[in-house]
Amino acid sequence: MKTKLAVLASVAALSSGSLASAGEVEVLHWWTSGGEAASVNYLKEKLGEAGVSWTDFAVAGGGGENAMTVLKSRAISGNPPTAAQIKGPSIQEWGNLGFLASIDSVAKSNDWDNLLPGVVSEVMKYKGEYVAAPVNVHRVNWLWANPEVFRKAGATIPTTWDDFMVQAQKIKDAGMIALAHGGQAWQDATVFEAVVLGVGGPGYYRKAFVELDADAINSATTVKVFETFGKLRGFIDSNSPGRDWNVATSMVINGEAGMQIMGDWAKGEFKVAGKHVGTDFVCVASPGSSGSFTFNVDSFAFFSQSDAEKAKAQGVMAGEILGVDFQRVFNLNKGSIPARLGMARDEFDSCAHDSMDAFVSSSQTGGLVPSFAHGMAVSEAVSGAIYDTATNFFNSKTSAKEGAAQLVKAINAAR
Amino acid sequence: MKSALQQLLPKLVLAPTTLILVVCVYGFIGWTALLSFTKSRMMPQWDFIGLDQYIKLFDNPRWMVALENLGAFCFFFILICLLLGVVLAIFLDQKIRSEGALRTIYLYPMAVSFIVTGTAWKWILNPGLGIEKLIREIGFQSFEFRWLIDSEMAIYTIVIAAVWQSSGFVMAIFLAGLRGVDESLINAAEIDGAPHYKIYTRVVLPILRPVFFSAIVILLHIAIKSFDLVQSLTGGGPGYSSDMPANFMYTHAFNRAQMGLGAASAMVMLFGILAVIVPYLYSELREKNG
Repeated sequence: MKTKLAVLASVAALSSGSLASAGEVEVLHWWTSGGEAASVNYLKEKLGEAGVSWTDFAVAGGGGENAMTVLKSRAISGNPPTAAQIKGPSIQEWGNLGFLASIDSVAKSNDWDNLLPGVVSEVMKYKGEYVAAPVNVHRVNWLWANPEVFRKAGATIPTTWDDFMVQAQKIKDAGMIALAHGGQAWQDATVFEAVVLGVGGPGYYRKAFVELDADAINSATTVKVFETFGKLRGFIDSNSPGRDWNVATSMVINGEAGMQIMGDWAKGEFKVAGKHVGTDFVCVASPGSSGSFTFNVDSFAFFSQSDAEKAKAQGVMAGEILGVDFQRVFNLNKGSIPARLGMARDEFDSCAHDSMDAFVSSSQTGGLVPSFAHGMAVSEAVSGAIYDTATNFFNSKTSAKEGAAQLVKAINAAR
Repeated sequence: MKSALQQLLPKLVLAPTTLILVVCVYGFIGWTALLSFTKSRMMPQWDFIGLDQYIKLFDNPRWMVALENLGAFCFFFILICLLLGVVLAIFLDQKIRSEGALRTIYLYPMAVSFIVTGTAWKWILNPGLGIEKLIREIGFQSFEFRWLIDSEMAIYTIVIAAVWQSSGFVMAIFLAGLRGVDESLINAAEIDGAPHYKIYTRVVLPILRPVFFSAIVILLHIAIKSFDLVQSLTGGGPGYSSDMPANFMYTHAFNRAQMGLGAASAMVMLFGILAVIVPYLYSELREKNG
């Protein structure tokens, strides 16, 4: 009898102990590599200060495919995490399935509508209410160049795709690789996206690859896009298939190659190699896209919780994510720019400054478009179809006309 | 009392495995079949749309490439594995010295997973790192071997790696078969004055017919299931030129939120296997009964 009482007492003590903390969050993410992990840890610390404990639920695997598979099984079994790294139109898909929780009260009290640019807040809302919080904004349409290679080849940094072909030829003639590229579907799609934006302009980009307007996709512009994209086959080296993006970046870093088209996460590779912006490497908008901005916003979506305590912790986490401190530290680590507007910018480098300026200006001119190569513009099925067409075209001798026809067919089949 | 228990016991012991088998294999096959008739995208949902997913599937150029690749892969993989396996087995069967050591060497690739095989061959076949670079450094500057990065030929690099991995295993099957051949038949042929090679083509190999069948069935299911080797060796690339049905299925069902389409492709793969296994089982069982 005595032992029974003792057990009961200790159970009571345990449960009252857990009640004392201000709740906990379990967060699914795939930021497991060096700088990214450090960024997430900062959020964990900030939440700790606010009395919210953090259960890490990291699933490794770069693109987050493994993490999504785990998330689906957890959600189906009725036990979703508090928050998960979900972005773009997938937020709407999860919303449609009825899994997401509204964090609108936190958003209202912190005035998110004015802190966030319209295009970003639109993505974070499901049926007019905030269900996710953005952590950063990546610009995808960057051209990274090694000025030393250009000097040796007597070339200048191209600003249009026509000019690109001329300058790339000079680098090629000088015996170097013009375009560093990794032959993986998503990298092919990233370059394809830059070509679409540079050749067709943001208006065409939005009509054809965001709204999926049949006339825009099935137009002469699309054929022209494929012509330009096809010419790039001649400027990459033959060893590119299967190469990882950071290996391609290192080719630019050590002067084997002149240029790479890649999002601003490539900057981290230059930084780690001890290179300085302006002298050792140059960042400019990809050809023909100086006034445009293809954005890739990472965000955390919040899942409905039955436990009121957990729902409260969710609110705290949402508030912290949009906090000035977290946005600054996270984005300095990751190479992106804060999703929150009007922040102090002196700690960021000149590439990030360019990015911030372009972000604001393009949002006024209509040049701000979601990246389809990074799952921001269309559903996974459609972006998958675009991936397939782009990568198949780039790795074969298909003609531009045929490539355009295949794209039309693939998009129609996937929607 | 005791005899009742004795009668029940085998059933009791087998019941859990039977249950697991029924639910986890046949149950899920049925579930996948059902899913393939629905609109399911990210999660299973039960709006039935008939055969639409199958029509979509066979209208998809990537799927057709995957099917063609599977055909080419099955044919060359099985053919070369059988040839190499039979030849190696016959050579090893000549009562040579240190047969045990040689057998282990040929069998060893089996101990390595397809992921390791794929990664190693990726480096060996890469023009900038492997064979091409080696031969060029020896002095043959114009030597080219770039199947890995040629979208027409990439599928055959998978054949090379898979043959390297599996032919030793086929050898072992045939070696066991050869050991089972009645010595007196060979002796009789020798007395009749048959040349050595004819003993094999006319006497031994026909006896090994069932061994051929089991080898083909084993190789075929390795071929249809092949996923990890493709993933690690070419990643389906360049482009999707070396994609196989299993990779297509995984990509669409799990990465691209097209569960219905993925389920349909899984069903087509299942029927592909059934089309081979059922006639085989039928002929085997008929022989036993007859």
